Amino acid sequence: MGRKNWLILLGTAVFICIFPLLVTKIRAISHYVDVMIFAGIFTLVSIGLSLLMGYAGQISLAQAAFFGIGAYTSGILTTRFGLNPWAAMPAGMVLCGFVAWIVGVPALRLKGHYLAMATLGFGVIVNIFLAEQVNLTGGPSGLTDIPAMRIAGFKISSEIAWYYLVWGIVFCALIFCLQLLHSRVGRALRAIHEEEKAAESMGVPTARYKVQVFVVGAMLAAIGGSLYAHYVTCINPSSFNLMWSIRFMLMVMVGGMHSLWGALAGTVLMTFVGNEWLQMFAEFEILVYGSILLAVALFLPGGIVSIVPMIAARRRKRSSTIEDAVS
Amino acid sequence: MGTDFLQYTVSGLTIGAIYAMVAIGYNAIYSVTEIINFAQGEFVMLGGLFAVFFAGTLHLPLYAAFVCAVILTGCVGFAMDRFIIERARDKSVLSLIVITLALSIMLKGSAMLWWGKDPYSLPAFSPGGPIRIAGAAIQLQALWILGICALIIIGLTLFFRKSIYGQAMLACANNANAARLAGIPVGHMVLLSFVLSAIIGAAAGVLITPVSMMDYDRGALLGLKGFGAAALGGLGQFFGALAAGLLLGLAESFCAGYLSSGYKDAVALFLLLLVLFLKPEGLFGSREAARLKKY
Repeated sequence: MGRKNWLILLGTAVFICIFPLLVTKIRAISHYVDVMIFAGIFTLVSIGLSLLMGYAGQISLAQAAFFGIGAYTSGILTTRFGLNPWAAMPAGMVLCGFVAWIVGVPALRLKGHYLAMATLGFGVIVNIFLAEQVNLTGGPSGLTDIPAMRIAGFKISSEIAWYYLVWGIVFCALIFCLQLLHSRVGRALRAIHEEEKAAESMGVPTARYKVQVFVVGAMLAAIGGSLYAHYVTCINPSSFNLMWSIRFMLMVMVGGMHSLWGALAGTVLMTFVGNEWLQMFAEFEILVYGSILLAVALFLPGGIVSIVPMIAARRRKRSSTIEDAVS
Repeated sequence: MGTDFLQYTVSGLTIGAIYAMVAIGYNAIYSVTEIINFAQGEFVMLGGLFAVFFAGTLHLPLYAAFVCAVILTGCVGFAMDRFIIERARDKSVLSLIVITLALSIMLKGSAMLWWGKDPYSLPAFSPGGPIRIAGAAIQLQALWILGICALIIIGLTLFFRKSIYGQAMLACANNANAARLAGIPVGHMVLLSFVLSAIIGAAAGVLITPVSMMDYDRGALLGLKGFGAAALGGLGQFFGALAAGLLLGLAESFCAGYLSSGYKDAVALFLLLLVLFLKPEGLFGSREAARLKKY
């Protein structure tokens, strides 16, 4: 998957490993570990969405619904049927993958606006289902007392343990996605994004690859949802509504949708904005998200990861024009 | 049984007319620009809440509040195109979706700051109790809704068929470059389509507020169902939108009456998915024309 990606991966891994050691030293920001756990969980959703948006060029406003299906499968299976969380998580993944396949096969034949509306409609239906199936999902008040995860008999209860568990899974998912992008599938996806008709005429089965990416994204969201359910221990439908789908899209857009690293950076940044820095302005939350989304779409379509290359290119251009002038 | 059926039919047609108006709002923009405006539902919400502001806070008479609310929402539509969409005209479909979505949540957020989270109501347009026909009660407001919906559709059809502006707008839809060569100011036509769409959405919002109240959060669902009607009728088809809107309204009302009221919102969305998956050109759209369009 390329030396550059390995280096970034290594650098990020080192940073993630030492992050809790640094912030727990300072009392005022020691709760950043908690924020980073959420950021890790959301990253699982956003890298799946980044594969779909940035690489396959398709939009989905249903990611929160898949996140919710993962969370509720875990919640229901562990609280009502006493299943082990580690068994509930794959069950959620399978269910999500299956639902995504059923929805994705017809939906991904649609393009642009229609696809966005179809996924939007699907997301709202899932949300209504979660709120109405009171016997199964607990209705609007949701599920409570979802048990914590255990590894080899030890209950994961401390924040630090959760932190390393979540980010360990995030790194596995990142490596998986990076490998995927540097395989036949990844090349096909880029061809689809560039020009779908051309890819098709070269014999790339575009429909199949798009559905595959949609399913992978949904399964990653399910893992995130399952971790979320076990971490916060109580869930209700309002964490999985349209606003959350838009927030996941915002995370990907802010970071830069053409790069998985962008999705990671955007998610961490937006989680800090949402869980931490905007807490005082909760009333303005929607307005701020809307403004950021608009600003990014209009002025910075490549997201924050495109800032550095952009400045470098501008500087190179300037220095070359100066040289021209001198000679 | 008979009375229930009649009652559900009446309420289905009432709400269906509202969906039809929202759908026509989508069509007005889509037929000129091929953009689907994700903020369409917010126009409806704004129309209702502006009317509440004019009638409730400024104590204007109801018809004046209606007119003011519609004009003010039209200004919002104007500003939206003039200051934002116009700059993004050459961007990809994905960017345009994100931009209209962002505008929609910005409008929603502003409405929440302004009016808070409480639902508001308006008095009915004409006082007096419901008319009773064969045991079913028909609210006078329902007649207003159906009447104004019919007026809007007749007016728009005449506008697009007879007036020079309407013809020019349709020309932009067909081929923007050719229209420009023929001396049509395409930018102005797009602006006009946004204003028109905002006005129709706002009218729907004012009309529905006395029946089912209005709050800042109502826009998204109304917009989505209106899109369902637009897609079901075939995008760009005005009479298709009317028929499909009424159909969706009836389906929803019968589901709420006979099956389960909790799932009534899901019915319209389920039909939307069904149409998109099975017949994306809609019930009344032509398959050949649909192939040429970029959805």
